[in-house]
Amino acid sequence: MSGFLGRLRERRAAAVARLPRWWNRALAGTLIAFGIVLPFFFPADSGFMNGTIIAVAYAVMSLGLNIVVGFAGLLDLGYVAFYALGAYSLGWFGSGFFFKLHVHVLVSPVASTLQGVHLNFVLILIGAAAICAAAGMLIGLPTLRLRGDYIAIVTLAFGEIIGVVAVNGQSVPVGGGMTLTAGNLGISAVDAPYFPGIGSFSLLNLRPWYWLILAILLLVLFVNLRLRDSRLGRAWVALREDEVAAVSMGIPLVKTKLLAYSVGAAFGGMAGAFFGTYYTEVNAGQFAFGFSIFILAMVIIGGLGSIWGALVGGLTLGYINNYLIPDVLNDLPSKFGLHFQLTQVEFGIFGFLLVIMMLLRPQGLIPERRRRLELTAQIAAEDAQLAEAPAGEVTVILPPGEGAA
Amino acid sequence: MSAAGDPAPPAAPAPAVLRAERVTKEFGGLVAVEDVSVDLPEHSIVSLIGPNGAGKTTLFNMLTGLYRPTQGRIVLGDRDITRSRPDVITGYGVARTFQNIRLFGAMTAVENVMIGHHSRMRAGLFGSIFRPSWVRREERETQERARDLLAYVGLPSTVFDRLAAQLSYGDQRRVELARALAAEPSVLLLDEPTAGMNPRESAALTAFMRKLRDEKKLTILLIEHDMKVVMGVSERVTVLDHGKKIAEGEPTEVRTDPQVIEAYLGKQA
Repeated sequence: MSGFLGRLRERRAAAVARLPRWWNRALAGTLIAFGIVLPFFFPADSGFMNGTIIAVAYAVMSLGLNIVVGFAGLLDLGYVAFYALGAYSLGWFGSGFFFKLHVHVLVSPVASTLQGVHLNFVLILIGAAAICAAAGMLIGLPTLRLRGDYIAIVTLAFGEIIGVVAVNGQSVPVGGGMTLTAGNLGISAVDAPYFPGIGSFSLLNLRPWYWLILAILLLVLFVNLRLRDSRLGRAWVALREDEVAAVSMGIPLVKTKLLAYSVGAAFGGMAGAFFGTYYTEVNAGQFAFGFSIFILAMVIIGGLGSIWGALVGGLTLGYINNYLIPDVLNDLPSKFGLHFQLTQVEFGIFGFLLVIMMLLRPQGLIPERRRRLELTAQIAAEDAQLAEAPAGEVTVILPPGEGAA
Repeated sequence: MSAAGDPAPPAAPAPAVLRAERVTKEFGGLVAVEDVSVDLPEHSIVSLIGPNGAGKTTLFNMLTGLYRPTQGRIVLGDRDITRSRPDVITGYGVARTFQNIRLFGAMTAVENVMIGHHSRMRAGLFGSIFRPSWVRREERETQERARDLLAYVGLPSTVFDRLAAQLSYGDQRRVELARALAAEPSVLLLDEPTAGMNPRESAALTAFMRKLRDEKKLTILLIEHDMKVVMGVSERVTVLDHGKKIAEGEPTEVRTDPQVIEAYLGKQA
């Protein structure tokens, strides 16, 4: 049986190897082109466009969390904190919230007459990434000596702290009668993204928003792919596999782990800043603990450690949450004479999906190569080793005369 | 550099590259290593022997920075590395293997060896993302070097890209050795490299260690139980028992030392 599967796998590998060199690039190019023209097939203000935009932004977060949890193996349950910090970066630097200040950099003619801090969205995006990268290091520091579940508890607490600060920030003065956040009232009237020559984005035409978040997604995807196959990506996997061996081979533990936290956090911050402007307000109520779990579910359903898995997991849950349940299937129960709407039971639906996934495909939709082999081949290898364990039965190491390069 | 102040062994031919000076390691109330000094003369093979629980691996862990000595100093060349981090010590040129092979199971043999070369590479976060030509070259050279090293230790090239966890026990030992060599060390610490081997394999490894020392210009410290290997390969032998050094000298001297026979060899006779 396993011999047959092995032959199948070899066939597949051989078929992949026979594809021309440009195949991957052509495939990627086609997918990107498809992504770019997609909005022309749907009305510019449709629910589907709205669902797509949110799903793509979720995928950005899912890719960010995948670096921390999937690559480096650090279970982070407080990822919502970076959503919050990213969104607040937008609230602080792209609205009239700090009303005593007058700072304007490359913003629309309307916004440049208003009070407050108004920076161009690209600058805010970079700022949000930088703030979250720093915060990611901050949360990383106390977890450096911890493992597994204990990291999860510390990061969970960090997420909660940021949430509580967001709610109570309206009573934290920062001078001049201004406060840190607007709590549950929300910072509203935030700037829409503005680009010279294109103008300000409007919620009546969702296409530019889509292209903006698609551009962010492609950037994040690019960084993910580059990091996976690099010195740093290898070091993350090594630390995940065996910390003691990794540091003994020259991998600096503190620096490498903190880099994972901060890169992952930076992506969460970018998505957060986008959500800030897209939802037109930054409200403390958005940053609930459940959202951290939701993002983690995307990573796990996609396939822990797998870039394409995180992408597909983010898009899938994003579509289900923001299009399928509210727009398409919401009235389904009433058709069966039941008096509730599907949005009222969405957590139940997600729970059900998770359980089904864990039963049928625990390795995720698109499992990472390593983990796939871990789940199947490694077990077989370990069994084989058990059988050959007695000393002397071991295959010959370094036979005399052999070994010269 | 010189062994000043130390009760230097009279027959040390070369200056010590790695030296433990009166190191002690306590875990709570337990003294795992007590007041032990070991000298590694340059370009030599030194063995560390002793019954189980004698503190050999603890000493290894102190030499590589995994444990901080409670007392005493560790000197590499003329550099005090007592308080250095393990990854920094690897960067200074000390590499090791583990008693229970610790490969990265979900990485291929080649990737495992590439990890060994980590401290010799320069690509950081932005280098990895933007991948300028020097990073591409570094990556390519590291991979070629890894393959060369795997061939050097005798791994069949058919399993180079197999996951480490899928390799046979003997091949895993080979990969671990290649991984340590990839760090381009000047000092190599081997923790029971012949564990689980038959006499023929042990003999082959003994020859290979000499070859390593000569071709790679290495100084080797060896933890070993197999007396045939110890007597055959090492210039000097240090014997630990219950955390204390009970004898030190050339293999022939140590073999006839009554204390050693009583503590260690005697048990086997």
